[in-house]
Amino acid sequence: MANVKKTNEYAVMFDNITKRFGSVVANKGVSFGVKKGEVLSLLGENGSGKTTLMNMLSGIYRQDEGEIFVNGKKVVIASPKDAFDLKIGMIHQHFKLVDVFTGAQNIALGLKGEKAQYKKAYKSAFVSENGEKIERSKFKSFLIGVKNLFIEKKNTSFNLKKIRSEASDICSKYGFEIDLNKKIYDMSVSEKQTLEIVKVLFRGADILILDEPTAVLTPQETQKLFNVIRNMKKDGKSVIIITHKLNEVMEISDRVAVLRKGEYIGVVDTKKTDEKKLTEMMVGKKVDLKIDRIKTDFDKPLLEIRDLTVDKDDGSQAIDKASFYIRGGEILGVAGIAGCGQKELCEAIAGLRKIKGGFIMHKGESIVGLPPKTIIEKGVSMSFIPEDRLGMGLAPSFSITDNMMLKTYSEGISPFVNRKKARKQAKELIEKLAIVTPSSETPVRRLSGGNVQKVLVGREIEASPNVIITAYPVRGLDINSSYVIYDILNEQKAKGTGVLFIGEDLDVMLALCDKIMVLCHGKVMGIVHAEKTTKEELGLMMTGSLDLGETKNKEYGKAKDSHLTDEQWQSAKEQQELLKEGENDK
Amino acid sequence: MESNRYSFSSRAWALLLISCLCGMLFDGNPFEVIEYLFDGAFGTKRRIWNLLRELSLLLLVGLALVPAFKMKFWNLGGNGQILMGALVTAAIMRSDFAFSSPTLANLVMLVCAILAGAVWAVIPAIFKAFFRTNESLFTLMMNYIAAGLVSYFVFKWAPPSSSGTLGILPNGHLPEIYNRNLLTVIVAVVLTVGVYFYIRHSKHGYEISVVGESEKTASYAGMNVKKVIIRTLAISGAICGVVGLLLVGSINFTLNNTLDDNMGFTAIMVAWLGKFNPFMMVATAFLVTFLTRGMAQVQTEFGVTNDAVSNVLIAIVYFIIIACEFFIVYKVKFRGKKANKTADFITADLDKSTDEQSIKEDK
Repeated sequence: MANVKKTNEYAVMFDNITKRFGSVVANKGVSFGVKKGEVLSLLGENGSGKTTLMNMLSGIYRQDEGEIFVNGKKVVIASPKDAFDLKIGMIHQHFKLVDVFTGAQNIALGLKGEKAQYKKAYKSAFVSENGEKIERSKFKSFLIGVKNLFIEKKNTSFNLKKIRSEASDICSKYGFEIDLNKKIYDMSVSEKQTLEIVKVLFRGADILILDEPTAVLTPQETQKLFNVIRNMKKDGKSVIIITHKLNEVMEISDRVAVLRKGEYIGVVDTKKTDEKKLTEMMVGKKVDLKIDRIKTDFDKPLLEIRDLTVDKDDGSQAIDKASFYIRGGEILGVAGIAGCGQKELCEAIAGLRKIKGGFIMHKGESIVGLPPKTIIEKGVSMSFIPEDRLGMGLAPSFSITDNMMLKTYSEGISPFVNRKKARKQAKELIEKLAIVTPSSETPVRRLSGGNVQKVLVGREIEASPNVIITAYPVRGLDINSSYVIYDILNEQKAKGTGVLFIGEDLDVMLALCDKIMVLCHGKVMGIVHAEKTTKEELGLMMTGSLDLGETKNKEYGKAKDSHLTDEQWQSAKEQQELLKEGENDK
Repeated sequence: MESNRYSFSSRAWALLLISCLCGMLFDGNPFEVIEYLFDGAFGTKRRIWNLLRELSLLLLVGLALVPAFKMKFWNLGGNGQILMGALVTAAIMRSDFAFSSPTLANLVMLVCAILAGAVWAVIPAIFKAFFRTNESLFTLMMNYIAAGLVSYFVFKWAPPSSSGTLGILPNGHLPEIYNRNLLTVIVAVVLTVGVYFYIRHSKHGYEISVVGESEKTASYAGMNVKKVIIRTLAISGAICGVVGLLLVGSINFTLNNTLDDNMGFTAIMVAWLGKFNPFMMVATAFLVTFLTRGMAQVQTEFGVTNDAVSNVLIAIVYFIIIACEFFIVYKVKFRGKKANKTADFITADLDKSTDEQSIKEDK
């Protein structure tokens, strides 16, 4: 009984949880608790079993050994519905919202099954609340039952007005800023996330699990989210945050639970620890957290882009007259909230997307309209890591070997592919970047995110390009793998390669990049030197509240030592206009 | 390798089970049924040759589908492509040219049958590549057009006295090697090896796999996706055209609109169960042909005139094979829920050993 008493003060208590997948142990002997009214961070590298553990709490998996206690009671969570009944709500990394519905409609979606409620309402006419049978004629009970049923229907059945008012009560209570009548497709990522949290709270969750909530937010939005979390904490709710970012852990959480390779390392009070100690717990050894910005001599601009305009798939504008340039031996960071044209920019440079106007000059030669293959041969490498990490650049069910030759397979005149060479390259890469894989013939989709990214980035560098465009190369990676990637990029920079780094984490970009360009809705808000700017300034530019081009009245993105003279640019422009007119005439 | 062993044994079990079912259905001894099943397939020298021929034909159509299916282009138009090859072959065999210079005519037949099959497959491919039309529907409809065309020409060519059927065409037969079945078998052997290397080791094969994986990745890697789609379907259709050529020029010497014997569809099963590996497909094609031919014999021996009985039995075997496939790929786990309630839960267990690795690495 001592155990029960002990777990009573905890909202959730894991007791010796073990989960295996086949012979692999994903969680081993995890025992810790989350107190009521506490923010607990769950910290660990990729593959350390954080998500597995949380999935057990939200009913997606079931533990093999050990018990979960909720509010001091031993529980069996066999399905997400069970978790929901126990007032556990999880906000996933990928939002589960219906695009064409409004916020309120999304909250109404999937509310508790009406049938059960009606049944309950009807039955209440026969049996009183404390389980005793009500003494009256059956017919009378039946009539009352039907009446109850109608009342219940009136109260519950998709009463959007009621849902909206209740939801806005929740919003004002915790300080959410959201318009519940807005359609999801009009919402920003941060608004969608807010809605997900409101949705979970609306259903009465007391224990909230947030899976990497800040990955998609600007610094300002992160602050807002943290304020909300603090309000929830005040209200006695327990919050579990999964995150990679140590500074956020330090800022928001009361305690930190650390997992390493499935094993539970310990729980520490945030106040009594620091980032260095946490990293050591997480990785198991000392890690240098500094990102170097190596000094190089900048070359002439390798890639010059002027007045580039690109459309999205749906025909709306993705990139609006962007001008910038990348020099050899320089890392240019691109900051911006998700979906503000990064993908289209990458695709346009790589020749995968038609551009509407403007120039892309590689070493003074236009590469607009060239087939992707020619652009690859010119030494422009593009790698884009989408949310699911696999999308473009790798073929998921191919082995590492087969992926190695994705861009080089057609070399030589033999009608057959040269797997031997690719296998050799794959093996070298596995060794060089310490890729964890059973063999070079393992399909890449079986590798973990970090290793998949190492394969992709490694292959791109293997081709010794002179311009590297890389979008989100460390997306979702743990500290160790991230630093490997940064090192690779720095290595390339030292070799005189121009790097366009599209990133998410502003801290990293400030430390790694030489210059940072900020995009907001496809417009360049400004290009600043990483040493001379602040996170706050970048955040303001990302949301569009600060436009350096306007405020300083300065033209950005035109190199003084361009490969082309002003007259040449002018004539190129005229030529393009002529071509356009020609097309219009047709 | 383990899963292969299971898949083999599960299919063997399926066969055993079917024999018992046969026994019950025919009111006879199950072992007798098995005996007739084997007798029908291997009983005489002629039967073995017939089995080999049918097996080769089915395998060829399966091989034709492999490149397309690898590319995730669901070519359901095998029948139509075979018929077009057959139609063109018959047209040349009817001409005077086949009478005057048969060797040259054979060559022309080969080229034209290949072209006809390829064209019939390339039409939907062009539409898919340029206008993103749905290839399943398109190729399916092309079957009916081909069948209609064949009916029309058979009617037009048929002598007035023959009640609308085309008799044996006397000229332009393909050369006979040993007997009239061996040529088909040789073609099948050559193409099995050929397709295997084409898919596994050639640059084209690599392109096909990448396009099948993701068109986006393919264009990212600098491939011309449209070209790959059209080229692959041309190959797919060409092999079907060859089947049409063999059917008319070497086996039947006549043309009708059911000549394809629905092989375009049966071959889909052959290809899938063989996991698109040409050598494994030899085994699946054998299984299918063995059953069809053996069951026909069972039916004759037991004096069942209704085709439905053997069809039902074959259907049961197929069902069992496919059900086995499910249990090979998935593992069914029963887990308790709240003391006594049980909830069944199916977990994908595709390739255990390597999956575990990924789970370990996955966060």
